Amino acid sequence: MLRENGFGSGPTSGGKTNGAPVNGDPPIRIGVYVCHCGTNIARTVDVERVTEKAGELPGVTIARDYKYMCSDPGQELIKEDIEELGLNRIVVASCSPNLHEGTFRGATAAGGLNPFFFQMVNIREHASWVHEDRESATDKAIDLVRAAVRRVHHHKALETRRVPIKPEVLVVGGGIAGISAALTLADGGKHVYLIEREASIGGHMAQFDKTFPTLDCAACILTPKMTQVRNHPNITLMTMTEVVKVDGFVGSYEVTVKHRPRFIDVSLCVGCQQCIDACVYKRGKFEDEFDAGLSMRKPIYLPNAQAVPQVVLIDPEQCIQFSSGKCKQTCVEACDRDAIFFDQEERIETLDVGAIIMATGFQTFDARRSPHYGYGIYPNVYTALEVERLVNASGPTGGEIVLRDGEKPTAVGIVHCVGSRNQKSNPWCSKVCCMYSLKLAHLIKEKTDAEVYNFYIDMRTPGKGFEEFYQRVASEGTHLIRGKVASVYQQADGDGELLVDVEDTLAGMVRRIPVDMLVLAVGLEPRYDAEEVRRTFNITCSGDGWFMERHPKLAPVDTFTDGVYLAGCCQGPKDIPETVAQAGAAAGQALALIGRGYMELEPNTAQVIAEDCSGCKTCIPLCPYQAILHDDAENRAEINEVLCKGCGVCVAACPSGSIVQNLFEDTEIYEEIEGVLAYA
Amino acid sequence: MLEQADSTVQAPQADLTSQTSAEDFEPRIVALFCNWCTYMAADLAGTSRMRYAPNVRVVRVMCSGRIDPQFVMHAFARGADGVLIGGCHPGDCHYQEGNYKALRRFRLLRRVIESLGIERERLRLEWISASEADRLRKVADEMAADIRALGPLQLSIPAEEFRNAEGAGAEIPSPEIAGETAAKEVAVP
Repeated sequence: MLRENGFGSGPTSGGKTNGAPVNGDPPIRIGVYVCHCGTNIARTVDVERVTEKAGELPGVTIARDYKYMCSDPGQELIKEDIEELGLNRIVVASCSPNLHEGTFRGATAAGGLNPFFFQMVNIREHASWVHEDRESATDKAIDLVRAAVRRVHHHKALETRRVPIKPEVLVVGGGIAGISAALTLADGGKHVYLIEREASIGGHMAQFDKTFPTLDCAACILTPKMTQVRNHPNITLMTMTEVVKVDGFVGSYEVTVKHRPRFIDVSLCVGCQQCIDACVYKRGKFEDEFDAGLSMRKPIYLPNAQAVPQVVLIDPEQCIQFSSGKCKQTCVEACDRDAIFFDQEERIETLDVGAIIMATGFQTFDARRSPHYGYGIYPNVYTALEVERLVNASGPTGGEIVLRDGEKPTAVGIVHCVGSRNQKSNPWCSKVCCMYSLKLAHLIKEKTDAEVYNFYIDMRTPGKGFEEFYQRVASEGTHLIRGKVASVYQQADGDGELLVDVEDTLAGMVRRIPVDMLVLAVGLEPRYDAEEVRRTFNITCSGDGWFMERHPKLAPVDTFTDGVYLAGCCQGPKDIPETVAQAGAAAGQALALIGRGYMELEPNTAQVIAEDCSGCKTCIPLCPYQAILHDDAENRAEINEVLCKGCGVCVAACPSGSIVQNLFEDTEIYEEIEGVLAYA
Repeated sequence: MLEQADSTVQAPQADLTSQTSAEDFEPRIVALFCNWCTYMAADLAGTSRMRYAPNVRVVRVMCSGRIDPQFVMHAFARGADGVLIGGCHPGDCHYQEGNYKALRRFRLLRRVIESLGIERERLRLEWISASEADRLRKVADEMAADIRALGPLQLSIPAEEFRNAEGAGAEIPSPEIAGETAAKEVAVP
């Protein structure tokens, strides 16, 4: 469908005409393209009517509708029309500018125009997808197109700015996501700062025994990676370090980090652990975090056997030297490297990086929040993470699956979806629990020959080899009971035996199953401080608290903040292969950014019209980037374009209207406002 | 200050009468949304296929701090029945603190519009983050309902004259001033 409107001379009034030459400039000739987006727009918006109305607007030379404007032929249309009809402004009414603004600016440029003679109209996300009534959705689309047509008259040719990108990358979090991303970047020849809050890298994966569905040993595949990180010349590893502040912008972030004192000099300690043996505590007294509290450690300890760096640390809250100042300091005596320093202090450091990868991971659901499963009440109710440690050969029992009293269990229940898929806790599916529950079922059966009951709501096994693994576990004789566990309680006279009341929806009955060990397959949730971290890095969380990606499909590792990428479970629950893949993608994005060496910035900066500025200085304190200076000699403000980020706060505040923001000039915004209101 | 583009003089005006009749009154709401939070929320509402009142027309700015009070006055003068300003939550501004500037202006502006006889409900400021599509939906629906209940904006001169006064090239905000120019230059289609 095609509407021609002569040569840009719409009906006029008041002596001025859009489309007429102004100051000798060539007449405005606008091409308007209305996209059907298949039926995504066309189903709700009458695109033909929108096109027809657009064709009647002053200055519009041609208005077309097309099935898919973003397709090659769609873009080609724009290019050809620019060449053949001499268009000098382009308006495309389609989806969100966040999706295809770049595409159509490119098509505009391909036709030989400055790409900023383009304006996009969002009639999909803002009209066809949010309204049902075809009439009102169409009216709205017409208004939005009119606004854009009026606005685009005033567009000016602009140049993007290039800013250099620092080649260093910061990776936040040393789990498998952060490790993978750091190694990819470092192998690509970029310098990486890998920072980890805990004393060792490895994250949750280091705590696992086997990985599903292949049952390869987690440590066997992870520790070589950890060692690579330690030895890589391009990686600066900083453990016990947290980010406290992020300044700057893409290409030039200034990240302030805080190193917590370890009280051990990392460069001197060789991990011989003689200090631990020598500690005045003869045996462990404090819960070992790595063993999920199932074993005890001393105040001076190695985070875990495979820790990287292989360096001990002292917990100042537990060490007698810190509480009383009167310890015999047997550890210091034992250390032949003189690596212990009780006076180590917190240290602040600033890192200059071009890009940041967030790999801050997840935490498991606190099973105490679902008290009907009895966790924290009955000793024989465990979380899956605890059982991972029990199964693990380097764990508290050397890989023996035994109850707290040392007995082997004879019947074990595994409850799926603890904390997940429940409106009272977390509504989402944590994605990994079905598979790790099946894995634990297999390992428990293998090691104890106990009867194993898996209580599941739905068995979710999408993934390579997952369904096959499920079939295998089922064929091993694990009892798979589909239904929710209603309650768990301990037999009054039994020695710790638990009774599980569960609905068996396949058998159509309620069952009571006695077990002597119950494993809760706790789900994954955002870390307790995700909100704080998000603010520090100026990124967004989705409603459920996971970090939000820029686009769920097309920009899954980007964030709304340029140069900040996401890897692993901080963005949502994932298994290890997915995490590694996403870490690779994030590293790839960062490499693409810093590999280019520069970044094109939107030219939406502000400038002062010198002759209009009265030098009142209203704007100066408003600028968050200190980009405005006062020229005392001339008594006027000046904006440093390099520092300006284009927020426009000074433009709105200038009492004399002497600051102009490119792409968002007052005139352009007024035209848009009038344009949307100009309907009857 | 505003270079006027006169194109809308020929905008169809046949429905003006039906606009003002109470039962089919459909409020015109101009929404000034920041690029990083509220515009994104509106995009998310789209991809989530939420349904909300079609009365809202979004004009995008980079930051709510860019919103000149005159944008709001201009919208009212040109026939908006309501203006919705959307920005990032306090502390979340993409530009550090532009939303606080928006809040300051909003507070003052609300007093100004009230003194002009415009009901306070017609101007609303909401912090809506990129993930709060549902909140955007609620706000849009609420505002459409509130303004539908209030009826069309009654300025001291009939709104039709403003609406007809497109292209009057007036120095904007005060209804009185706009009214004078409108009286002179009412364009009859």
